[in-house]
Amino acid sequence: MTETTQRTRPLRVLAAMSGGVDSAVAAARAAEAGHDVTGVHLALSANPQSFRTGARGCCTIEDSRDARRAADVIGIPFYVWDLAERFREDVVEDFVAEYEAGRTPNPCLRCNEKIKFAALLDKALALGFDAVCTGHYAQVVTLPDGTRELHRASDMAKDQSYVLGVLDEKQLAHALFPLGDTVTTKEEIRAEAERRGLAVAKKPDSHDICFIADGDTQGFLARRLGKAEGDIVDESGTKIGTHEGAYGYTIGQRKGLRIGTPAPDGKPRYVLDISPVDNTVTVGPAASLDVTALTAIKPRWCGTAPSGPGTYTAQLRAHGGETEVTAELVDGELRVSFTEAVRGVAPGQAIVLYDGTRVVGSATIASTVRATAAV
Amino acid sequence: MAYLDHAATTPMLPEAAAALTDRLGTTGNASSLHAAGRRARRTVEEARETLAEALGARPSEVVFTSGGTEADNLAVKGLYWSRRAADPARTRVLASPVEHHAVLDAVHWLGEHEGATVEYLPVDAHGRVHPEALRAAIARNPDDVALATVMWANNEIGTVMPVRALADVAAEFGVPLHADAVQAFGQLPVDFGASGLAAMTVTAHKIGGPYGIGALLLGREYSPVPVLHGGGQERDVRSGTLDVPAIASFAVAGRLAAERREWFAREIGALRDELVDAVRTAVPDALLGGDPSPSAEDRLPANAHFMFPGCEGDSLLLLLDAQGIECSTGSACSAGIAQPSHVLLATGTDPDLARGTLRFSLGHTSTREDVEAVAKAIGPAVERARTAGLT
Repeated sequence: MTETTQRTRPLRVLAAMSGGVDSAVAAARAAEAGHDVTGVHLALSANPQSFRTGARGCCTIEDSRDARRAADVIGIPFYVWDLAERFREDVVEDFVAEYEAGRTPNPCLRCNEKIKFAALLDKALALGFDAVCTGHYAQVVTLPDGTRELHRASDMAKDQSYVLGVLDEKQLAHALFPLGDTVTTKEEIRAEAERRGLAVAKKPDSHDICFIADGDTQGFLARRLGKAEGDIVDESGTKIGTHEGAYGYTIGQRKGLRIGTPAPDGKPRYVLDISPVDNTVTVGPAASLDVTALTAIKPRWCGTAPSGPGTYTAQLRAHGGETEVTAELVDGELRVSFTEAVRGVAPGQAIVLYDGTRVVGSATIASTVRATAAV
Repeated sequence: MAYLDHAATTPMLPEAAAALTDRLGTTGNASSLHAAGRRARRTVEEARETLAEALGARPSEVVFTSGGTEADNLAVKGLYWSRRAADPARTRVLASPVEHHAVLDAVHWLGEHEGATVEYLPVDAHGRVHPEALRAAIARNPDDVALATVMWANNEIGTVMPVRALADVAAEFGVPLHADAVQAFGQLPVDFGASGLAAMTVTAHKIGGPYGIGALLLGREYSPVPVLHGGGQERDVRSGTLDVPAIASFAVAGRLAAERREWFAREIGALRDELVDAVRTAVPDALLGGDPSPSAEDRLPANAHFMFPGCEGDSLLLLLDAQGIECSTGSACSAGIAQPSHVLLATGTDPDLARGTLRFSLGHTSTREDVEAVAKAIGPAVERARTAGLT
């Protein structure tokens, strides 16, 4: 277990500190465990706002100051690293491009993959650090032979292994998640922060997407991609409404469709498909959302890739539940069948496969097979 | 620990600390008429006389402020407003592009909000403003110049400006020249009376005095419009109850800075030369920023500024900090995000190169051990920072 590793060998640890309570407590725990910890705040916006607006997370000067204040209390050096350019290229532009292509990206996952455990980790290793520490709720388990496994956090309710599913074994070998080992509620983390004298103890949780200041994703996309009026059609292809840009919709979405005429059966209609090629949004009944299988691309494995089909549990979105699947790697693509049909699976999102609590690997959903062959 | 960031702030001199703490227990507003007030006023006026003597000024030319930033703002904004009030045509402000942000941002603000036309004077590759450049700028239209401001010595790269010659040019046209002498005081012979300057900024904490106290040396014929209005203290130019203990302490530090200046320039200058040699030996391709001449006429004796190709200054800072060496990249930062130094960009330095800077600034507590610590650590740190590269 990581606990043992921590006790036997102090590491030079770079703690990524967002200015929030989780990463502050994580850094404090790493320091308390005897590691030589340096805090770093990632400046991810070229023009950071001075103050937080609402409950968004980590990109303002105020957040940077909160992180610095926490580092000072913990008693560790603190730096701000400007990764705004990398973040813009690898996360923000990817986010926009994915929506433009009719998919639903997860920027937090992309940030872990490309920024925290790539750009940041690479620089940390080059500067002589052994590991990057974050406030994620997940566990890295070291096996007797030295290999690393990523497991769900002890506290399933807080588990964030889904957004870390993209990490490979090399990245895991240099990752430290001090919050994942103990069953801890958010209240306990806040109490611990309070006890440690960290002023961020009462800071509200961050949610939403950190680079969209006002939380208005649709507005952000409209500014970036412009308005492009197109048709909303039913499953037979009959036009029943118009939209101002197909990218503004997510599969499974029900609200905000603004279709005048009710469905023939009077039941609510959901977004079934988004086609950026002809700028069309297809809607239909809930039953048509049922997915029985999917294909996912760009698989990444924690450890060796499994050979042949296997049975796993799968998670399909950040706060989603688990579902049983059979998965097999075919020509570099992951073919997944669900034991029971699932709803609202959006291309662009990640599917993370688990064996018990262990993360087996992840891949990006490319296409789905519906129970009713409607779209 | 090797503290090599004296240009940021230098340890207080024991004599200055004693002068401060001695007076903290004494009551008295220097504007009051009773005995306590008179006692406070006497302390302030003696301090004013001491500082005036240390800086070659008359006592009435010393205007106490809260520090360098306030003195710079008062000089730049106050002189702009008063000169423009006397003649509305005077809206041009001439400034060197290598000024401290206290001047640069004040000047910029005048341009944004007060109708000033800001003109940045050309500098050479060492960041120096030449008198001919100032002459050319003023001569384009001597009647519309409100003021000129050129620092005495640069805080990042240590370049010393030809202040006397610049002041002569300004005087020819009747233009007031202000100089930020925050870094120069204690290192160079700073004589306000002989300089020909209209105004000059100094601050206590760079010479072993306390934080939060500084002064604008202000020629008697100038009445800048105040930035702070109130009780009319300090020639009606800077209102606010005087900080008697800080002023007394500032005067002690100022007197000692002037008395020890030659010793400082010689001994600390020699130590600085050793540090420069040590860094160049350890990292042969390190480039010295600013004027390569070690003479105090050209370069601050305590300043050593380097550029390390292929390194990020922040990485070097982190690595040296971990070795107990405290220095600076020299450039300003917003929210801690390193920006390429405006000083280096003004001297025409390649922006990538400008990211790999370190400023070592020595001071009265510096020792050979400090230099040896840098000599030992800098080579491996640069090698490692190069591996990390420029993100």
